[in-house]
Amino acid sequence: MYKILKDQMLTDNIYLMEIEAPRVAGNCLPGQFIILRADEDGERIPLTICDYSRENGTVTIVFQIVGAGTQILSNLKAGDSVHDFVGPLGKPSELTELPLDELKEKKILFVAGGVGTAPVYPQVKWLKEQGVDADVIIGARTKGLIILEDMMKEVAGNVYVTTDDGSYGDHGNVTDAIRKLYAEGKSYDVCVAIGPMIMMKFACLCTKELGLPTIVSLNPIMVDGTGMCGACRVTVGDEVKFACVDGPEFDGHKVDFDQAMKRQQIYKTAEGRAFLKAKEGDTHHGGCGNCGGDK
Amino acid sequence: MDLMKKVPVREQDPKERATNFKEVCLGYDIEEATAEASRCLGCKNAKCIEGCPVSINIPGFIGHLKNGEVKEAFDVISESSALPAICGRVCPQESQCEGKCIRGIKGEAISIGKLERFTADWAKANGVKPQPAKTNLSKKVAVIGSGPAGLTCAGDLAKLGYKVTIFEALHEAGGVLVYGIPEFRLPKEAVVKKEIENVKALGVEIETNTIIGKSVTIDELFEEGFEAVFIGSGAGLPKFMGIPGEQANGVFSANEYLTRSNLMKAFDEESNTPIMRGKKVAVVGGGNVAMDAARTALRLGAETHIVYRRSEEELPARVEEVHHAKEEGVIFDLLTNPTEILTNEDGWVNGIKCIKMALGEPDASGRRRPEPVEGSEFVIDVDMVIMSLGTSPNPLISSTTEGLDINKRGCIVADESLGSTSKEGVFAGGDAVTGAATVILAMGAGKAAAKGIHEYLSNK
Repeated sequence: MYKILKDQMLTDNIYLMEIEAPRVAGNCLPGQFIILRADEDGERIPLTICDYSRENGTVTIVFQIVGAGTQILSNLKAGDSVHDFVGPLGKPSELTELPLDELKEKKILFVAGGVGTAPVYPQVKWLKEQGVDADVIIGARTKGLIILEDMMKEVAGNVYVTTDDGSYGDHGNVTDAIRKLYAEGKSYDVCVAIGPMIMMKFACLCTKELGLPTIVSLNPIMVDGTGMCGACRVTVGDEVKFACVDGPEFDGHKVDFDQAMKRQQIYKTAEGRAFLKAKEGDTHHGGCGNCGGDK
Repeated sequence: MDLMKKVPVREQDPKERATNFKEVCLGYDIEEATAEASRCLGCKNAKCIEGCPVSINIPGFIGHLKNGEVKEAFDVISESSALPAICGRVCPQESQCEGKCIRGIKGEAISIGKLERFTADWAKANGVKPQPAKTNLSKKVAVIGSGPAGLTCAGDLAKLGYKVTIFEALHEAGGVLVYGIPEFRLPKEAVVKKEIENVKALGVEIETNTIIGKSVTIDELFEEGFEAVFIGSGAGLPKFMGIPGEQANGVFSANEYLTRSNLMKAFDEESNTPIMRGKKVAVVGGGNVAMDAARTALRLGAETHIVYRRSEEELPARVEEVHHAKEEGVIFDLLTNPTEILTNEDGWVNGIKCIKMALGEPDASGRRRPEPVEGSEFVIDVDMVIMSLGTSPNPLISSTTEGLDINKRGCIVADESLGSTSKEGVFAGGDAVTGAATVILAMGAGKAAAKGIHEYLSNK
């Protein structure tokens, strides 16, 4: 069992938790992820690491309620425990492996979409600790979905906020924001884009035009997270990669996003039913098309 | 009774069991077991022991069964094996102990597997447990992986008095016994969990959710005070064919499909873990894992086809698994090899294109090489494909452990009789060394490594 030390509601359906997991905290780096199970019968939920403290042996995660597993997780509070917590999984961000003098030469732009702001944060923070100030675009559909803005401002060079509906920050999506920076005469050596698959796809189309190399972090369906199941396979260039062991970060200009988005749909119907069951609990009385409760 | 024939074992009716996940084989009762035991010749120079990778004193335990002394029989088995209820169910006895049985020359071999299973099940039902160590050595040994190799190695070392900790990457102990082999062949609660409890009762600790090479490295384990390490991390990454359409929705590795059903209990409607319930499923491959995947898909309501490029004779699966699969209604499309997976406009599988094969000259494996028959392509309409083509080694441990040699195929190089590797204090065995093989071979390797570790630590 892994104790929850802190829980915080960031928006209506995005939550932050700090969890005691010394083995993970001792060895993780930005870019890596963990898998947790909320309870004894829980699903294995992969989540990218948002922050960690080697001293305290803790790992911070941020999650959005998207299904039954995350719904159940959101009901847990500080003082409760999650049943399982394993990691760190995947490879650390490429940036952490560059020689420091090379890294310091680089102008880096992060593009964070919605809950994808969480995995961007530890990379920007780590860079700050190495003496590198990176710029960050935080984008979301609407104001209420912008998270971690203040924390990000503490560790980033410039932070640009943009919302699709214009309710906060600039009006527009992240590609508008990237183009605007370039129109203002800025340029970067590398971009790291993390967020919903569709956002990463369009961010990559945009940066390709601008000749800006771009790394993305993929979050496909996975089971074990150690390479065993192959559910997370993605096509990168002309190779098939397993996101859990070869990634989760890949060259965004080579990822087959259309295939990756299709593969995310595999269990949508089943997941929807399970979510409804978890959310409505004993009050569930049909409508899911599965249980027969509405007959 | 006819001494030349096995006492038949009761099984669930094929039609009925094709719709449930309860165990297929029901096992012997005490009368049946005693009758079967009485067929044993009790050979002095027992060939069956030579056929057993963990060298159980087979005539010894069967001798006790003849007299109805089941506890004594269990004690004899426990000297050599920590997992008899599992082995009695999943060992390929026909090519091991039973394959060497002298009774089998003129008649049918003794049902050694079914007798082992009966003895272990009786011990469980009657609360008989293996004896913990009398001596207590203070030395700590780390075992990586809680599958058959790891459990056997840990059990043997604990019996010698070592303090053993097993590190398991998943949330539950058992390795392939829980994620790979289905409930209807190896019940999890009644058999696997109980057998793991027995290993724990010997003093073995199990730390789940710990990935060696990620959560902690082997060198860090030595720093933590472990004096020897056994790697029994299992087979690894699933192979795919590299044919067009393989990334389509509805194509799964057998590992994913079985892990969802077995470990995550997706076969149970109550589970929150989703699994695809295909209407017509092609399982590509002919090993035990392919049979397990096919029989699972069948139970989840599909018309199920095994697609295998060689002929029935070359099927690597146990004879009993093939027999059971056929009885239940799995269709075998032999000498057939997929060339492409076809999809609809939304990216979902709607067919598998195959080519007929013919057997040519023997290849490096000694089996006749399958060659495509020109112009024989045809399509099987399926909505789901499960690839069961074996695995390639997982590099998580080898890539993070300096001085640990691997071979060309990426398997860890280890001595067969003692399990020692190129790195001092590190031993290895099971699928991580051999590539995908069987439960009992992994147990044999775990046993050999326990002996190797004991020798190493005794001389240190």
